[in-house]
Amino acid sequence: MEITKLTVHELKEKLANKELTITEITKAYIDRINEKEKDIGAFVTTLEEQSLQKAKEIEEKVKANEIKGALAGIPIGIKDNICTKGIHTTCSSKMLENFISPYDATVMEKINNENMINLGKLNMDEFAMGGSTEYSAFHVTKNPWNLNKVPGGSSGGSAAAVASGMVPWALGSDTGGSIRQPASFCGVVGMKPTYGLVSRYGLVAFASSLDQIGPITKDVEDCAMLLNVITGHDEKDSTSENREKVDYTLSLKNDVKGMKIGVPKEFFGEGIGPEVKQKLEEAIEKYKELGAEVEEFSLDIANYALATYYIIACAEASSNLGRFDGIRYGYRTPNYDNLKDIYKNSRSEAFGSEVKRRIILGTYVLSSGYYDAYYKKAQQVRTLVQSKFDEAFSKYDVILTPTSPTTAFNIGEKKENPLEMYLADICTVSVNIAGLPGISIPCGVDKEGMPIGMQLIGQKFSEETLLNAAYTFEQAIKFRENYKPEFKNK
Amino acid sequence: MSKEDYEIVIGLEVHAELSTKTKIFCSCKNEFGAEPNTHICPVCMGMPGALPVLNEKVVEYAVKAGIATNCEISRNSKNDRKNYFYPDTPKAYQISQFDKPLCENGYIEIEDENGEKKKIGITRIHIEDDAAKLNHNEFGGGSLVDLNRAGVPLIETVSEPDMRNSKEVENYLRKLKSIYEYIEVSDCKMQEGSFRADINLSVRKKGAKEFGTRTEMKNMSSFRSIVRAIEYEADRQIDIIEEGGKIEQETRRWDDVSGKTFSMRDKEDAQDYRYFPDPDLMAIRLSDEYIENIKKNLPELPESRKARYINEIGLSEKDANLLTASKHLSNMFEEASNICKNHKQVANWLLSDVSRILNEKEMEAEEIPFTAEELAKMITLIEKGTISSSLGKKVIEELFENPKDPEEIIKEKGWIQISDEGAIKEVVQKILQANPQSVEDYKAGKDRALGFLVGQAMKETKGKANPQMLNKMFIEELKK
Repeated sequence: MEITKLTVHELKEKLANKELTITEITKAYIDRINEKEKDIGAFVTTLEEQSLQKAKEIEEKVKANEIKGALAGIPIGIKDNICTKGIHTTCSSKMLENFISPYDATVMEKINNENMINLGKLNMDEFAMGGSTEYSAFHVTKNPWNLNKVPGGSSGGSAAAVASGMVPWALGSDTGGSIRQPASFCGVVGMKPTYGLVSRYGLVAFASSLDQIGPITKDVEDCAMLLNVITGHDEKDSTSENREKVDYTLSLKNDVKGMKIGVPKEFFGEGIGPEVKQKLEEAIEKYKELGAEVEEFSLDIANYALATYYIIACAEASSNLGRFDGIRYGYRTPNYDNLKDIYKNSRSEAFGSEVKRRIILGTYVLSSGYYDAYYKKAQQVRTLVQSKFDEAFSKYDVILTPTSPTTAFNIGEKKENPLEMYLADICTVSVNIAGLPGISIPCGVDKEGMPIGMQLIGQKFSEETLLNAAYTFEQAIKFRENYKPEFKNK
Repeated sequence: MSKEDYEIVIGLEVHAELSTKTKIFCSCKNEFGAEPNTHICPVCMGMPGALPVLNEKVVEYAVKAGIATNCEISRNSKNDRKNYFYPDTPKAYQISQFDKPLCENGYIEIEDENGEKKKIGITRIHIEDDAAKLNHNEFGGGSLVDLNRAGVPLIETVSEPDMRNSKEVENYLRKLKSIYEYIEVSDCKMQEGSFRADINLSVRKKGAKEFGTRTEMKNMSSFRSIVRAIEYEADRQIDIIEEGGKIEQETRRWDDVSGKTFSMRDKEDAQDYRYFPDPDLMAIRLSDEYIENIKKNLPELPESRKARYINEIGLSEKDANLLTASKHLSNMFEEASNICKNHKQVANWLLSDVSRILNEKEMEAEEIPFTAEELAKMITLIEKGTISSSLGKKVIEELFENPKDPEEIIKEKGWIQISDEGAIKEVVQKILQANPQSVEDYKAGKDRALGFLVGQAMKETKGKANPQMLNKMFIEELKK
């Protein structure tokens, strides 16, 4: 039995049957990390000793009946922008290279309450700004399906780690597609929950009105399980919604008969790769076979949404990243004679080019004289995007689109061309703009064998519908059984 | 032209720290004077990933302030970020309110220079978080940041440019301070910085319609320096204009030692704060019911207390005014009166000796070191004849220096009044023997001589003799 190939629901079952022990599982993952990490580079921090130690402790406690809980002893990987007490939280930035958080993010408290084991912190684009994980200040993460390709981003470390079996599942964060797009590139499942469903407390903010933490998993059932762990109202996050707790695994009915699926034709037009388009069309046929009612419709927002997204996200980022000033924590330049120099040099030396680009952009759009033309306008368009979605959801249960216009691109291909990189977000950003839930699941591979992702979008708090739609499709095409990453340079 | 040809125009921005138990966006204690960096958490330290949660009490207090200053209360308000870099601002932005403050369009009534009533407009009151405190040069020339104050809730009260001289400014500040004290939203301790004013001042020729260019003096925290700064700055501006110069729009720093203002930063360095709605916080929506409820439960304001003093206790308008100007003084008046049941005497003592000493020591009423109970006890001791009122003056002075039970003070100091008939008689006879001339004068019809003799007797007894008894006994003896 290859432990690291199992899903979490399988691990859970084998733990319950006593076919496996907690230490065996943790050990298997550590071995896998030692084998694969040198090729993939998914981690910023690995916690080999701590996680083994923790595994032993938890195993003892479970034996002594001191702790219960089906997920006790299950390992996990955490994107490196989620604060973990006593462990480095770097945001893959030189700015926070040596930063150790004094507190746990709310999601980490929840993970710890389940007695899960943190295997390490996962690589990302610096401060979650990017779509390829190439903007990590530390190293590039490679796509397990083809080591010459990017894993997507910004949660590229999380997606690559799950795809390569170095963690059974992981947490990512999604501001404009940062969970869904890497999940799509790496052939795994990634969900951005409804804004407000998961507490953002302890998630290092990129764009506060768009950020949301979510699961990256091997399959939809695991996604539902991890969602069960991380959702819930948090008094420490004013934007978190106070709703009754739901068991998302109960929504996996393997039945979409009568489900109304809308396919916005604008998401299949110019810029969408032919193979992506073809696989998505096959997926639509599959849904029809499964008894869903699929209809094409017009959702003419994609172009506005992208511009709106980059204005709002950069504006908020320019303010959110102000606290990295070299005064209290993080990088401080050795080169200064006065206060202004501390600010200027610390930030110049420790932020990467993409982060600087977005801070400058955001500063510009918030400046007096430009505010109305950019930020205010963007907020108005945001309202418009939301109302267009509302209109669509009066007709459809789910909206189906590609997750990304293309499959994973080559490392270095877009790094120097930010605009092209931004365009890769065109299918995902409107979901964040509108605060909706979105899930990406694999629906096939292209000629090169690279995974293609399908995105399902639901109305606010319709995670159950989305998970059921995704699960039913997954059961029908059995992607994981048919395709596996090869860890080769192609 | 001369100074008299100019009109001074002043508007104020007053920051008052609210006396809520916890800070505005986290549950850290809001407490002055603690060890540096002990009331801090990831939120007020601006740690990565930490999020603000608005303290509802802060909204309540600000609404109270708005109601007490006749403002309209916004049903729909929000928090905005004001972005700037400074080591006292850990998030690199202050969470304030930009275009939708909680309270707008109010006024308070003050007395102008001539004692006439004048309304001063309140443009707005908004909520925001205070910055950390920087301690400079304590260790080797560096600056240390104390984050205890970061996140302490503030209300900023912005006035219309309705004031015309330093007296009006002082009266406005005293009135605003007393209102905030009365409604218990702030302790307004200027010496602790919990009530501080930014002064916007310009001058223009009398009769001119346009305002002149204004300068701003920030964080003034004593009435004395405010008055001095206004007078200096107005003269400075008039001098510049008289010499044909132009006023620069700038921030100026008042220096108490030299008695001058100095340029801090000019318009060129004016910062663009890039205000935008804080996405971490929800809009503040208030129901009519909520506002009505606060209105109903608002504590008694100085105006109504004053009316009560005049109508029910029978104090003069002037005395009632003076007593209610400070909540602390007024509370002391009520408490002491309740204990000793002598309103008149309590008012007299507070407005004469106590106020005189406060003035001499440049202290505010809230700094009175003794309690209402101690004051009441002293008044009772006079009433009972244990001490004379001239000894009472000494007791008050002692209460300022070394506050404790007045009975103990007089015992320690040996100030107990001599009311023993035998002892008084002894003194009287001694004085009569020593002053035969006065005795003769008195007998010749010069009543003044009696006063002299009583005075001598008081001197002899170091003021401890009961003056009524002395008087009586001298007259008896002189008749013999």
